[in-house]
Amino acid sequence: MAVQTPAAPPVPLPAPARARHPRRPRLTHWIFAGPATVLFAVFFAYPLGASFYQSFTSTENGRTTWVGLSQYARMLHDPSFLDSMVNTGLILVVQVPLMIGLALVLAVLLNQSWLRFRGTWRAVYFLPAVTTLVAYAVVFQVLLKTDGGLVNQTATALGLSPIDWLNDPTWARVALIGSMTWRWAGYNAVILLAGLQSIGREQHEAAAIDGAGTLTTYTKVILPQLRPVVLFCVITSTIGTLQLFDENYTLTKGGPDDATLTPVLYLYKVGFQQMDFGYAAAIAWVVVAVIAVISFLQFRFFGRERKR
Amino acid sequence: MTGLRLDPARRRRSVPARSGSVPARSGSDPARRRTGPARFRFDPARTGRRLLGVLLLAGAVLSLIPFLWMAIASTHRTGDLFHSPPPFLPGGELLRNLARLQDTVGFGRVMANSLGIAVVHTVLSALLSAMCGYGLAKFRFRGRGLLLGAILATMMIPLQVLLVPLFQMMASLGWVNTYQAVIIPFLANSFGILLMRQGFLDFPDELLESARIDGAGELRTFYGIVLPCVRPQLGALVIFTFMTQWNSFIWPLLMLNTEDKYTVPVALNTLTGLTHVDYSGLMLGSLLATLPLLVVFLLFQRQFVAGLLGGALKG
Repeated sequence: MAVQTPAAPPVPLPAPARARHPRRPRLTHWIFAGPATVLFAVFFAYPLGASFYQSFTSTENGRTTWVGLSQYARMLHDPSFLDSMVNTGLILVVQVPLMIGLALVLAVLLNQSWLRFRGTWRAVYFLPAVTTLVAYAVVFQVLLKTDGGLVNQTATALGLSPIDWLNDPTWARVALIGSMTWRWAGYNAVILLAGLQSIGREQHEAAAIDGAGTLTTYTKVILPQLRPVVLFCVITSTIGTLQLFDENYTLTKGGPDDATLTPVLYLYKVGFQQMDFGYAAAIAWVVVAVIAVISFLQFRFFGRERKR
Repeated sequence: MTGLRLDPARRRRSVPARSGSVPARSGSDPARRRTGPARFRFDPARTGRRLLGVLLLAGAVLSLIPFLWMAIASTHRTGDLFHSPPPFLPGGELLRNLARLQDTVGFGRVMANSLGIAVVHTVLSALLSAMCGYGLAKFRFRGRGLLLGAILATMMIPLQVLLVPLFQMMASLGWVNTYQAVIIPFLANSFGILLMRQGFLDFPDELLESARIDGAGELRTFYGIVLPCVRPQLGALVIFTFMTQWNSFIWPLLMLNTEDKYTVPVALNTLTGLTHVDYSGLMLGSLLATLPLLVVFLLFQRQFVAGLLGGALKG
């Protein structure tokens, strides 16, 4: 009895405590995460599965039949598909390093403290990336017009012979690579510049005190730290190249002679002009596989700090 | 994101004394310059800078020429564009080109379509991304890890894989050549969700608790308290999404097949396919297509760059 008296004023702790910390309804999180999840399921997961299934089927006269791996086997003997892969490989080997190199040089220049109006310079170099994708391809089409285009007029004025940019297989590739570089170099430079700026000024000073010249400072101190950002640029550019469609569709429609055909442009033609859905799906999955493999390799070889 | 200085000018203002790369200071030092015959002395640092400056200028000119040409060409007649020498100054054909562009593809309607689609898509998508990001950042629930993993995985899958089944889906829904076919399928945006989640992770839980104690409902807490705190990320996401949707080409090209529904890129593409290409109209169209993005870029440069950097950081 006596023991109970101290606790006599019934402190109503539990009840108000519960009132003050109401248990969250169990499903609140789905109010927030639910809508996006549903959209992902309907417009992503389902079509993804459907496309995987489709890649093993063939549709003829409205009847869909299971054909196993034969759509994939078809690609090996399809000159247009092989051309599109070669073109993509060429762009990957030429355009991506050219553009990233240019972007790096630009970023380093724009990061120089003696440079005045840096904000303006940066904006000017970023401007091409602001152009609407199709619009810039259209502008290049006009600039590169064989008779009377601004580029050929300049060439003639300089005493060079005009070039049939968009109708010659080699020059069409050059034109594509050039216009892509125009559009994306500044974009990558701005990303790299932000990376450079996150590396403190102290590091430059420390390297200088240790007797390193500007070039050595950059190659030995700054660039190794920039590696993750460079990797990001390389991987996104690689993926962008493997998915290339807007530019070459507008500029050359993949021609001449498939010289600028890319896998995505090809799958567009196969799927939506020839209505060969199974084959288009198979091509799409090969693109996915190639992207996965190349990204993995790039990550593997350039992603890690090299051990000394 | 906060660790990055996106505006170099701001830092320069705050640390004026330290500007100047260390080994190359002598060139700009006025005391040195005044010393006697050194006026004509070869100063490698100074010359190097001049050279780099010229290089930078040349690159900038190359960057700008297509823009200038686009602007100039849209004020001339097609016939005059390819004469030698080409026109260097604006002409007086702008309005006539505009009227013709309106006649050929109904460009006013096309611009309105693009703007409407992009705005609706952006608002809905940003909202969904913010909500999902918040759910993933601030609630623990069964399936959260799985959802997060799935969202990460979707970033690896290119859109092209989905084209055929999505097209068939739209066809069976009867959505072909409708606005919702362009707006809805890509609303859930994994990049946006991850970006917003990152922003919400730093939001203090105590603040959420106190809002709940004060009796605010979950949704009111979210819209009234949490969302305003991630305004920078939200701004970056909105700009990024708007730009992506404005540029979007392959999907609208597949979905929209009458002029009254066209978006700007699809209309431009149609114009290039005509037998007699109206080049000055095309250039004007390209200019108009670029203008909204240009305005957004010039007004919100910081958020613009932050949006595209979202993926580069925290990786």
